[in-house]
Amino acid sequence: MIELLELTKRYGEHLAVDHVSFTALPGRVTGFLGPNGAGKSTSLRILAGLTPATTGTATVLGRRYADLPDPGREIGVLLDASAQHAGRTGREVLRVAQETMGLPRARVEEMLHLVSLTDDEAKRRVRDYSLGMRQRLGLATALLGDPAVLVLDEPANGLDPAGIRWMRDLLRGHAERGGTVLLSSHLLHEIEVIADDIVVIGQGRVVAQGTKEELLHDDRTLVRAAEVGALAAALQQAGWTVERVDPGDPAAGLRTDASLAVTGQVALEARLPLLELRAADGAGLEEMFLQLTADTQREAA
Amino acid sequence: MTTLTTTSVPASSPSTPSTSSYADRPAPPPIPFARLLKVEMRKMFDTRSGLWLMASVAILSVLASAAVVLWAPEEEVTYGSFAGAVGIPMAIILPVIAILSVTSEWSQRTGLTTFTLVPHRGRVLAAKTVNAVVVAVVGMAVAAVVGALGNLVGSALNGTDVVWDISVSDFAAIVLANVLGVLIGFMLGVVLRSSPAALVGYLVYVYVLTGLTFTLAAAQEWFADLQPWVDFNYTQGALFEGWSNTGEYWAQLGVTSLLWLVLPLAVGSWRMLRSEVK
Repeated sequence: MIELLELTKRYGEHLAVDHVSFTALPGRVTGFLGPNGAGKSTSLRILAGLTPATTGTATVLGRRYADLPDPGREIGVLLDASAQHAGRTGREVLRVAQETMGLPRARVEEMLHLVSLTDDEAKRRVRDYSLGMRQRLGLATALLGDPAVLVLDEPANGLDPAGIRWMRDLLRGHAERGGTVLLSSHLLHEIEVIADDIVVIGQGRVVAQGTKEELLHDDRTLVRAAEVGALAAALQQAGWTVERVDPGDPAAGLRTDASLAVTGQVALEARLPLLELRAADGAGLEEMFLQLTADTQREAA
Repeated sequence: MTTLTTTSVPASSPSTPSTSSYADRPAPPPIPFARLLKVEMRKMFDTRSGLWLMASVAILSVLASAAVVLWAPEEEVTYGSFAGAVGIPMAIILPVIAILSVTSEWSQRTGLTTFTLVPHRGRVLAAKTVNAVVVAVVGMAVAAVVGALGNLVGSALNGTDVVWDISVSDFAAIVLANVLGVLIGFMLGVVLRSSPAALVGYLVYVYVLTGLTFTLAAAQEWFADLQPWVDFNYTQGALFEGWSNTGEYWAQLGVTSLLWLVLPLAVGSWRMLRSEVK
């Protein structure tokens, strides 16, 4: 289990992480989603004790990272697959980690096999590794101590589609064995396919969190009509709440908490022809994420 | 407040080992310091550059000894000449090994893994310090043996008597001087946390600064008087002349080490423990 509580990191005037709180539960994959520069990596570095927090706390299995007696055996961390000594062989990178954790030497070969690095590749120096191979090596290092908790920052980077699929299965298996998995991504789809729980972060703040079903599920109905104003009035008169999907664009339609059948009925009684009538599922999260990404890009511009 | 209620457990309650294998595992025992020493020693020599640095301790000792055998005048084929010749490459290579053992964590960014596996950076730093001293002493021992072999071979070739003109205490002084040199390099690594900066810093300290203080002392009498109390190059260099028996000298060495080694190392370590590892 991982718990972040009111975690804040300030660089001068800039709040990189702004009172971030969430919990990653055992047996579940938690996706940490946000545009580039939203504060994901900084939060994860604080969690791993690499960056001191300004205020707030982060705990792993109920303890501060620094209080873990042999951290590699309780939490596997992969923050940047490129952060390896270019002059070390892949196998030697694992040997160093294996000796640090006091594990049997056979564990190194097991991990090389698990991440599909061949004997020939393991003998090569990391300088000659592709990003995908470094990602596999980093994952092998993280898994070496058979930790209950896994924390991975953008683990899909550099992997080919088959590699991404393999990694998803691996993380899913880890969660199914009761492990905790926290992984970050700047891609909504990436998180949607693997995560059970989702935490969305933008400009250092958590903007949404919940189970995937909660976040993607939208009970509301999306309806478009030529006379949007009249339809909104009719729905409100019938006692339903109504909001414009895009206040600046009537053609984008309305979202209402009336069901599909009720919305159709109201429109019929008001004699208003409809252009579209469907469930609003998933639309909310995607719109919010696009909005966040757009805001971040505007700030950077 | 917790209330305990008795609930009837279904008779056929299935055990679910698949979801409990990570639950309630006991915390592992803490990492012993000896393990860190072993790992950090391994990291010093398991890269291509590390391997060559280690090999060059032996290679350059042999080359320096060979140079004395080939070119030194007959009367100078003594152990002192061999020790001096072998000592020159040691004074560069051993500190470089110490510097890279610290700075590679930043320059190669391996610190990301090192400090997530061992969050107590002070313990890692302590292990690196101990290893730097061990490498300095072992390196000097290798150099001393190679120099001794050179002395035997050189004297045999010349048909002269073998001259052992370095006492054990003199040798101890030379080892101490090299250990201090290695620690200066180590300190620069800790303070600067960058391989090129620390390597240049070490060369500037050893060669440029020595020249400057030498010139200053020659020109200004007040500095010549002050130098033994403020110039670490000066006090450290004196060890190469042999073991000193004056209390004043050891006081000077202590004061200059405090100034040039202990204080900067303390400040650098303090900052390193609090820095951000990216």
